[in-house]
Amino acid sequence: MEKLVELRGIVKRFPGVVANDRVDFELRRGEVHALLGENGAGKTTLMNILYGLYKPDEGEIYVRGRRVELKSPRDAISLGIGMVHQNFRLVESHTVLENIILGLGEDKLRIDFEKHRRRIMELAERYGWRIDPMVRIWQLSAGEKQQVELLKILYRGAEILILDEPTSVLTVQETRRLFEALRRMAREGKGIIFITHKLNEVMEVSDRVTVMRKGRVVITKETRETTKAELANYMIGRPIVFGQKKVSAKLGSIVLKVIDLKVLGDRGYPAINGVSLEVRRGEILGIAGVSGNGQVELAEAIAGLRRPLAGRILLNGVDVTGMDAGKMIELGVAYIPPEGNKLGIVPGFRVVDNLFLKAYRYPPYSNNLLLNWGKMLEKAQELIEEFGIVTPSALSRTSSLSGGNIQRLILARELSGIVGGIPRLIVAAYPTKGLDIGATEFVHDLLLRYKEMGSGIIFISEDLEELLLLSDKIAVISGGRIRGVLAREEADAEKIGLLMSEAVIQAG
Amino acid sequence: MIEWIESVLGLTIQVGTVYLLASLGEIYAERSGVLNLGLEGIMVMGAALSFIFTLAYGHLAAILISVIAGILMSLILAVMAVYMRLNQTVTGLALTMLGLGLSGFLASPEVRKVILLALNPSLPESLLAIQEAPKLPEIHVPLLSGLPIIGCFFRQNVLVYVSYIAAPLMWFILFKTRPGLSLRSVGENPAAADAMGIDVFRVRCLATMISGGFAGLAGAYLFLGFQPFWQEGLTAGKGFIALSLVILSTWNPLRAILGAYLFGGVEVIQYRLQLFGLGALSPYLLAMLPYLAAIAALVAVSIESVRKRIGVPASLGIPYSREE
Repeated sequence: MEKLVELRGIVKRFPGVVANDRVDFELRRGEVHALLGENGAGKTTLMNILYGLYKPDEGEIYVRGRRVELKSPRDAISLGIGMVHQNFRLVESHTVLENIILGLGEDKLRIDFEKHRRRIMELAERYGWRIDPMVRIWQLSAGEKQQVELLKILYRGAEILILDEPTSVLTVQETRRLFEALRRMAREGKGIIFITHKLNEVMEVSDRVTVMRKGRVVITKETRETTKAELANYMIGRPIVFGQKKVSAKLGSIVLKVIDLKVLGDRGYPAINGVSLEVRRGEILGIAGVSGNGQVELAEAIAGLRRPLAGRILLNGVDVTGMDAGKMIELGVAYIPPEGNKLGIVPGFRVVDNLFLKAYRYPPYSNNLLLNWGKMLEKAQELIEEFGIVTPSALSRTSSLSGGNIQRLILARELSGIVGGIPRLIVAAYPTKGLDIGATEFVHDLLLRYKEMGSGIIFISEDLEELLLLSDKIAVISGGRIRGVLAREEADAEKIGLLMSEAVIQAG
Repeated sequence: MIEWIESVLGLTIQVGTVYLLASLGEIYAERSGVLNLGLEGIMVMGAALSFIFTLAYGHLAAILISVIAGILMSLILAVMAVYMRLNQTVTGLALTMLGLGLSGFLASPEVRKVILLALNPSLPESLLAIQEAPKLPEIHVPLLSGLPIIGCFFRQNVLVYVSYIAAPLMWFILFKTRPGLSLRSVGENPAAADAMGIDVFRVRCLATMISGGFAGLAGAYLFLGFQPFWQEGLTAGKGFIALSLVILSTWNPLRAILGAYLFGGVEVIQYRLQLFGLGALSPYLLAMLPYLAAIAALVAVSIESVRKRIGVPASLGIPYSREE
């Protein structure tokens, strides 16, 4: 089979790290080739090199057998290489058509909108997609945006397609449709590189798989000759156990009751539109949904960061609607914000400063005027050990920590109870997003430990696997409403996905 | 009565053209993601250079020099803000300070005399010391200029006609052509444009230079076409009014025409009120009017654009870098 791409001995160094260390990789015509690895394994770096975004420090790139030099994406595009980035690279305020023809050299000056519109419709139909080229991007769902990204590439006649974690924003049904389209493209003789860290997807869609770990290629194999367990082993370097983590905690009294809550989003539209919820002591309530459907606004309203427009929030039966975050902290509400490295810490502060962002106001760490640094450093040292934060010292700058360690720091601050004891309610918004498997396991174990100790937990995630693993109940959110609440026993990916997409159909 | 309307309207166009020319270029810069706060400084340089070069070589050379100087000055900004990724507000304001200072220096009587003699040694002594230059002549378009009321649109100087053509042309380029699409994309989502093979830095650099060229032209027009008596700081904040006009026009060259004449009209009415003696109370209060109008316009647009979602280019003021 013809080799579409061959990478030989690619080395890419960033300050302080070797992101790619003598990496070899090949892509054949007509295959879907999964590139598997944890975050930070160097998958995306390698593909950015193939797409001309980064220049490799060493190594050779061959496309269709010819050695090439890729100075920019323009070179890659002209060789028929296209990439769909993990975060869509679409101009939100422009139309589908404008996005697709962006940078296309075909029209000399004046754009022939009608010609392009026709051709885009034809191309979309071939893969079973219904897209109006004149609609603006911000009006589309995540699945449709991804179709636009693919159309952008296909419209240029690309036959080497790179998809970086393409399913992270899709529902189960949208994922299936994507896989069908990818299989069809492979049959047409294109080559597809599929970057992922999800083992299920590798098994489902790929012909071959290359596993990367810490910047190196561990192995390349035919997918049908391997198993999930074996791949996991290659990916992490040690065996992991699949399955449910059973923690039986007695459900106690109701900690949180949310009644018909309405909350405005940043754009001034209601992001939460009449949500009612209940969380008991020792219960984990999972919130499933594609991100951007009101999860963050809901979490912020409960944490006291966003004033509700209407509705009530009861904490242990007491009405706390409209109380500010400071008050909620004192009442024992812990909030783990999404994108911890942006919203959860002050990057320029030291580790100890960030650990005490909440507690510095209370004795024994301050006496209303002076801070007691001795006490704080002592306690910080304790927390660093207890939560396994890897840092040179409590006085190091927080921004120098890795994502996993920043998350540990946030968890230490929120959960250790330096203010108000063991939290009564934990609101965790995407607490494992972007973490590697080790750090993810740590977060899971920690949440289960607090569940056992009797905290009520709201656990917001996009990852159905971890939701099913931890939650007692799963509420499916979409368009700012709860579309259904499933008990763990009756919940599965299929049902959850359906609840998500039902709402989309209603909204559309 | 008709005469009065005609004179107000004619003057409105003359004042508005300053704003129109300056904001047309600025729209391109901001659509590409670069805030060119150097507008005021570039305009005043354009005015000073057009003064000096008109005396030495005549109108055409003066206008060309002003445009070229504007392009070069904005190139400084482009290098600092686009390539070195420095703060655009600070660099832009620095450029304004530079322009205000340098223009005052170059056009001051002693320095000007030296420059004029160097440029054209045969200049008569009488031209070396005067504070004014010949105004651009009005060109009357046959037939059209004879029409009642709107005839005044066609009794203007050449640069006004240039603005009539430039505004729709620049609208067309921005929204209907390939380079226009590239430019708008770079200002909205440079990463997306980069991924499609567009050279973000080059587009931003060119757009900034276009804004500089137009600002230079606006300065030349302000002096030669409207007020050909030199005084230091001649622009008196007109560059900043043009900046707010860009926002009022929601970055659309066609809407900029309306906005420019609106601001022009406010200014003219202010002159007229002074003539009626209303300014006697406080001329400063009336002089405030255009700026007040600019602030009111900004507030109005900020509400409006939230509603209609046609707001700021998403990456305005944010430097782009690929490997971050």
